[in-house]
Amino acid sequence: MMIPACRLADLPRGEAFRLDVDPPVSVFHTDDGEVFAIDDTCTHQDASLADGWLEGCEVECPLHASTFDLRTGAVDSPPAKLPVRTHEVFVEDGMVYVRLSTAAPNLPPCVSARLAGGPA
Amino acid sequence: MRTVAVVGASLAGLSAARSLRKQGYDGRLVVIGDETHRPYDRPPLSKEFLSGALGETDLALETEDEDLGAQWMLGARAVGLDRAERALALTDGRRVRADGIVLATGAAARTLPGSEGLAGVHTLRTLDDARALRDELAGGGRLVVIGGGFIGAEVASTARALGLDVTVVEAAPTPLAGPLGRAMGAVVSGLHTDHGVRLLCGVGVKGLSGERRVDAVLLEDGRSLPADLVVVGVGASPCVDWLQGSGVTLDNGVKCGADGRTSLAGVVAVGDCANWYDPRAGAHRRVEHWTGARERPDAAVATLLAGGAVEPGVPRPPYFWSDQYGVKIQFAGHAAEADSVTVEAGAADDRDVLAVYRRAGHAVAVLGMNQPRLFTRWRKQLGAPL
Ligand SMILES: Cc1cc2nc3c(=O)[nH]c(=O)nc-3n(C[C@H](O)[C@H](O)[C@H](O)COP(=O)(O)OP(=O)(O)OC[C@H]3O[C@@H](n4cnc5c(N)ncnc54)[C@H](O)[C@@H]3O)c2cc1C
Ligand code: FES
Repeated sequence: MMIPACRLADLPRGEAFRLDVDPPVSVFHTDDGEVFAIDDTCTHQDASLADGWLEGCEVECPLHASTFDLRTGAVDSPPAKLPVRTHEVFVEDGMVYVRLSTAAPNLPPCVSARLAGGPA
Repeated sequence: MRTVAVVGASLAGLSAARSLRKQGYDGRLVVIGDETHRPYDRPPLSKEFLSGALGETDLALETEDEDLGAQWMLGARAVGLDRAERALALTDGRRVRADGIVLATGAAARTLPGSEGLAGVHTLRTLDDARALRDELAGGGRLVVIGGGFIGAEVASTARALGLDVTVVEAAPTPLAGPLGRAMGAVVSGLHTDHGVRLLCGVGVKGLSGERRVDAVLLEDGRSLPADLVVVGVGASPCVDWLQGSGVTLDNGVKCGADGRTSLAGVVAVGDCANWYDPRAGAHRRVEHWTGARERPDAAVATLLAGGAVEPGVPRPPYFWSDQYGVKIQFAGHAAEADSVTVEAGAADDRDVLAVYRRAGHAVAVLGMNQPRLFTRWRKQLGAPL
């Protein structure tokens, strides 16, 4: 599915925009001017990577500092062990679009239980 | 360097082993740990593991297909370091010679004198501790937590959610005043009373009563608190006694430079057992938090492999998190240096705050309660180059 996210002009470098899809996706505008989209939820626990520490092409989770590569979704070290999904992004007429991945997301146990309607 | 031995097989030891391989070390790697378990994560022991939300396999720090090409000596305790021979002596009589040594023995929970052998009394540091405590919490009843620090507070929070009747006893007038300062220590520990946990401050514990099993906690003011279960959360001491006389300088743990080097060449120390020099604070600091144990081994290993010939970088300010009563608490920096604390966002009464600690107008520390986004921004500023 392809969805319009935000205007590039509204997303300063070094900032992230969280898209309210389910599960949420975040668009990052790096200091070098590149734009990436990955799943917003950390694979360790329920944290929003859009709240994290963006440096170069990597974002550090705001809670326990596992770092995800925006290009590949790969994670560097514990506590998170699984990568996040990456999504295709493109900019057209100043608008950022995201094409959602069809792969299964790697959500943390607490979040997948909630989505499955189980205990939070 | 042909053999490197890492003593301590937990977060800091595993991180050091990983750093060694990442930084190109391809010689023999020995990891010695006195627990029989593969490296596991401790923070969930007082939270999701204790509540039953996570099981033992979820605690593993290694990924499934990870292979560091290391020789694991588990269930083996190092009891001596022979500097002349560059050898480690283990309890089972084995000796391990190594050109480089990483000390990562962490810390052990302090106990209450006189509580040995009394059933129902627990400390919480290891997986085995957590299993035993989890099994007893399942029986419900009255829990008294001695010590209002982070571990005590997390146990109180988890036990409360499991439906126990909980009392926390803290000798200081305000819990958490050491790490957070008095004002914010009071705000964070207010979570206890918000959630129906009794908090008794400014009173010491005289002892425990009970024949084979604890039945009460006796306070110095003469009161007696009936208890079915007691958790002693009165801090941890670095596991460094075995290094006495080895030539490694000890002072509140292993005394280290800003890059983890110790007083002996070829020996570095990381994690909770290490008292690192902190250039920002201009003093040595032993930091007992997860993130330091995970990050600092990179620098210590670089020092070890370069024979001490690298310039130490300035580590990021210490950071820790805690989860209590569903609130995410985050802290970075050094509260003790501050001359003022201001709430910049949220409200203390709502337990939803972003507070900034300053010294002469400069931010030196930041506290967040359920404020991960703002917290990260402030943490980044604190971490900016000196
Ligand atoms: C219950 C609990 C909850 C926590 N929660 C948080 C949290 O929410 N946030 C946070 O930031 N931090 C938290 N921490 C702190 C964090 O877990 C520690 O900072 C971290 O584990 C330190 O890692 P380490 O490898 O230095 O030491 P440790 O994890 O203590 O490991 C040291 C290892 O060395 C072994 N050892 C000791 N002596 C010897 C010897 N002579 N020979 C061989 N092996 C030896 C020990 O058995 C142990 O396995 C928590 C700690 C505990 C106990
Ligand atoms: S929630 Fe992201 S590392 Fe723990």
